[in-house]
Amino acid sequence: MSKQKAPLIYISKRKDLPWYGAWGIRGGAIILALVVCAVVTTLLTGENPLGVYAKMLEGAFGTPRKIWVLLQNTAILLCVSLALTPAFRMRFWNIGGEGQILVGGLAAAACMILLGDKLPNALLICVMTVASIAAGALWGFIPAVCKAKWNTNETLFTLMMNYVAIQLVAFFVIVWEVPKGAGKIGIINQSTESGWLPQLFGQKYLLNIIIVAILTVLVYIYLNYTKHGYEISVVGESERTARYVGIKVDRVIIRTMILSGALCGVAGLLLVGGTDHTITTTVADGRGFTAVMVAWLAKFNPPAMIFASFLLAFLDRGAGEISTAFGLNHSFSDILTGLILFFIIGSEFFISYRISFRKHASSALPAAQPPLINPSEKNGKEE
Amino acid sequence: MDHKTAAVKMRDITKSFGSVLANDRVWLNIYRGEILALLGENGSGKTTLMNMLAGIYFPDAGQIFIDGREVVIRSPKDAFDHGIGMIHQHFKLVDVLTAAENIVLGLKEPGRLNLKAVAERVNRLCKAYGFEVDPWQKVYTMSVSQKQTVEIIKVLYRGADILILDEPTAVLTPQETDKLFTVLRNMRDDGKAIVIITHKLNEVEELSDRVAILRNGQFVGDMPTKMTNTGEMTNMLVGHPVTLSIDRPEPVNPKPRIEVKNLTVRSIDGIIKLDNVSFTARSGEILGIAGISGSGQKELLESIAGLQPTETGSICYIHDDGHHEEILGKDPLSIAEMGVTLSFVPEDRLGMGLVGSMGISDNMMLRSYRRGHGFFTDRKAPAELARKVVNTLAVSTPNLDIPVRKLSGGNVQKVLVGREISSTPTVLLTAYAVRGLDINSSYEIYALLTAQKMRGAAVIYVGEDLDVLLQLSDRILVLCGGKVSGIIDGPGAKKRDVGLMMTHLGGGNTDE
Amino acid sequence: MFDFVSFIPRAVVQGVPLLYGSTGETITEKSGNLNLGIPGVMYVGGISGVIGAFLYEQSTMGELNSFLAVAIPLAASLLGSLMMGLLYCLLTVTLRSNQNVTGLAMTTFGVGFGNFFGGSLIKLTGAEVPSIALSATSRVFSRALPFAEGWGWVGKVFFSYGFLAYLAVALALAASFVLQRTRVGLYLRAVGESPSTADSVGINVSGYKYFATCIGSMIAGLGGLYYVMDYACGVWSNDAFGDRGWLAIALVIFTLWRPNVGIFASILFGGLYILYLFIPTGTFLAFKELYKMLPYVVTIIVLVITSMRNRREDQSPAALGISYFREER
Repeated sequence: MSKQKAPLIYISKRKDLPWYGAWGIRGGAIILALVVCAVVTTLLTGENPLGVYAKMLEGAFGTPRKIWVLLQNTAILLCVSLALTPAFRMRFWNIGGEGQILVGGLAAAACMILLGDKLPNALLICVMTVASIAAGALWGFIPAVCKAKWNTNETLFTLMMNYVAIQLVAFFVIVWEVPKGAGKIGIINQSTESGWLPQLFGQKYLLNIIIVAILTVLVYIYLNYTKHGYEISVVGESERTARYVGIKVDRVIIRTMILSGALCGVAGLLLVGGTDHTITTTVADGRGFTAVMVAWLAKFNPPAMIFASFLLAFLDRGAGEISTAFGLNHSFSDILTGLILFFIIGSEFFISYRISFRKHASSALPAAQPPLINPSEKNGKEE
Repeated sequence: MDHKTAAVKMRDITKSFGSVLANDRVWLNIYRGEILALLGENGSGKTTLMNMLAGIYFPDAGQIFIDGREVVIRSPKDAFDHGIGMIHQHFKLVDVLTAAENIVLGLKEPGRLNLKAVAERVNRLCKAYGFEVDPWQKVYTMSVSQKQTVEIIKVLYRGADILILDEPTAVLTPQETDKLFTVLRNMRDDGKAIVIITHKLNEVEELSDRVAILRNGQFVGDMPTKMTNTGEMTNMLVGHPVTLSIDRPEPVNPKPRIEVKNLTVRSIDGIIKLDNVSFTARSGEILGIAGISGSGQKELLESIAGLQPTETGSICYIHDDGHHEEILGKDPLSIAEMGVTLSFVPEDRLGMGLVGSMGISDNMMLRSYRRGHGFFTDRKAPAELARKVVNTLAVSTPNLDIPVRKLSGGNVQKVLVGREISSTPTVLLTAYAVRGLDINSSYEIYALLTAQKMRGAAVIYVGEDLDVLLQLSDRILVLCGGKVSGIIDGPGAKKRDVGLMMTHLGGGNTDE
Repeated sequence: MFDFVSFIPRAVVQGVPLLYGSTGETITEKSGNLNLGIPGVMYVGGISGVIGAFLYEQSTMGELNSFLAVAIPLAASLLGSLMMGLLYCLLTVTLRSNQNVTGLAMTTFGVGFGNFFGGSLIKLTGAEVPSIALSATSRVFSRALPFAEGWGWVGKVFFSYGFLAYLAVALALAASFVLQRTRVGLYLRAVGESPSTADSVGINVSGYKYFATCIGSMIAGLGGLYYVMDYACGVWSNDAFGDRGWLAIALVIFTLWRPNVGIFASILFGGLYILYLFIPTGTFLAFKELYKMLPYVVTIIVLVITSMRNRREDQSPAALGISYFREER
């Protein structure tokens, strides 16, 4: 028993890494992940790994249209990530982005269908905007009130709200289905294009991209330079501190979640009014969840989120191209995205912790130094 | 010094956390049949050293011998296997489990889990040592001293023969402390090795057979307690000779400032925390609040600060012109809007007073960020204030933006106190203002509080060290179980009297 | 008159996958791990069983040995979900990653994994069948108790299910017993409530977290297997499993972390899930979509009520969602 081994691997908290160290580790993780993805793809398709990368790049950047789609996907994902960020900074785990997008989109669609031929287009778009924001905000407001009043677990509450929203959309899809029995709505106002967000310079996606770019700047300023942003940081760090300095925590939680939901509502508006011109239960396409990962990868920092959402949108498009090119199911892209996420998530560990290996406790000693002072051994206590 | 064997020998133990070297090549011997006091200021590395013996931390370098054989303690389980049991300062108990369930946690007893048998054994131990614990009681319903009892039983139940207690008396009354010491002496006479971690010299003298001193993570020396004295120990503790005394100037022009009448507070669980408390705090005076921890001190301060929902009573702020204004039921913001500058240095510095992940400037902003009508925050004034606090209070920090969590305890407290007194408060509430601070920082804080009193602020000081409380306060309010046990004048107050008042209402004629 | 005799069996078969999922997730959460990857795990459990069964059916050309027809998919399913559990533990326990993010990434991965192999299995193996229909294997899985036929409505309500349904109930009861009455269960609860306390008394925190999460994942994965082999008669169709994984997580909250309560609650949820089929909606079919909302709404209500009552015993494990590092200071 006396010669027990010291732990082989020993983990301790790291001193602060310089920023390039952290990004080096993340970059390394992404490269490693891409290698693994190529190996997996090669195993399944027999294509050489370089060909796989070429296909991914082609899928993302191959044609101007593909680039626009990539930018559009990036923009929408970024929009949702921005929406979640104020809540996350407050340590409110809003994973209800999916539902908040859906109700925002539903509100926009409702306006388009019900008011499409009653209002002038400009007014209609204003009404749609207000309605989407209000619907998203409502979906954020409900769990926030319960969190503020009774500390109800927000992760689970917002998660459940997603499915309530999905069923709500499913309900209205049948109410408004065209033609009857089709189970879907189809393109709304195809002939009049009323309620469709305008195209800038003939580009379908440009408006969305510009709006999201503006939102990025606004959210960044809001979080870092305003009193509200400061309150959010304080509440997130410690509710007790917030109460101690007289911040009304309940009010901050509710206000921030209204904002979070409202921005998700905007994403819904951009999807329904700007690009899809229809509503389905899958219009959010899992972005509410993907955005959680984007926001977390970017450490809740809006500028870093641009890159994170671009990376994930690129992966999705690139992997989609691989599946099409090799006749695989499109879900292949989810597998690749998942793999890459695992690597990035895992790499965070190596940024905050240091690992040391050792063979035996005494061998790790620094060269024998005299002790500063010996304990009293003069009394013959030593055995 | 007859045939004592070294139960534990620690050699060249080194441990660092990030850039902080907590233990630097420490040597230490622990013997059976002896009570060792491990003495050191807060932050000197005593708890870290013992945590490595208990398997909570793993040393970066060094060797540990138990009964002469080298061992590696990788986990608490290894520690138990070597008969080492530690009672931590922050109790390691699972709140939703019962005492018996907590006691049996982690044990590899053969056969099925039989909680009835466990409870019986616990009751036997209780009888043997005179503890009072209901094995079936859930821990979250227990008082602090009951929880400590459960912790001690937990270690005894495991048959540990090397016991480490981390500042066990911090939460006990003088009377409870006496009982604990008796138990510890009995265990020593049983041949167990006992280590108590402490920074209180009187405890060292009263209880220990030998004392070992750490300073700044380094081993300074050890000696039989009989062969040393308070002066020598203090010098070893601090590193240079110090003369410590607290100045208590006469109060200046005391006038009633805060009047508390019949204040009653219940916790969320419906337990009475403050029971019909009435007193007056005066300007230009330090009112000390004494009491066993958890006697309602926290609730009292938080009620005045507008953070605690109260049941009945009133708290009035008395303006200079004698005008009374109710502040009960108002939140901190509305109290400030009344024109009352009330400052509060709470017990939990990083969890309440400051935001640990923010820099000094941003923490200064906590009190002032609302200034101005704009939507945006002003960062210049807080940065200015931060610079001022750092300079005048000699806060040692590399810059103003480093998260305050990374500063040492003394510097954190200076930042907090500095911010709170920067608004020239008329009422200053402080809770355990020197907890975790080294001796020099503590005396700096006492001086700051006295300066505030001389400036005319009504200072309310909640403390745990009775000696300090008696030297610092102009008047002392003693709380006992949420009731006012008595209010006495500071000068001339006797420690023993206050101790009795802490445990018995009025402190009078009891079985003591 | 509401037709209970046909309603209850359908509620039960809807409830069984949820019961597996919630039992697995409860065990996982008791160790302090909030595994939001459970929906992904259930997909992987399902598709792994399908792959096992598919390969076995292809290799035997229709002549199935009953034992192997059960054992192979079962083993494949357990192995698949075990891998997912290990992955989750590797990331959150060993590498101490954020549990929410890891869980969501696992769901993305797991659902993609299921749909990918569901859609590409035929192409990848070069088999000459039009679609995955493992009806032969499914018949073995869904074989009812022999006396179910003869016992009228009693047989129909209680004995008409495949063996996996009874296994789900047995596992839920066993999980409750272990959690409440045994040493392992007590220690596991301690890990989820206060890992530092558990650690200080020598309980291997990481070991328990790994153990509970992997067992939990394997049990949850069986829910996916049951769904495809018994409920869906061996036919895999992409996304058909739907949001049952999230519903299972909802069920954990609904039952206040009590697997035995889960037995009835899962049947209740299963019933709510299909209630729209039994409630006359008139000519307005859209209302059935609103009925499908019921399980989620009910869960929200329970969530809010328990948070309002705020009883200590009804709360989630105190350290749920927090990674544990011994030397944190």
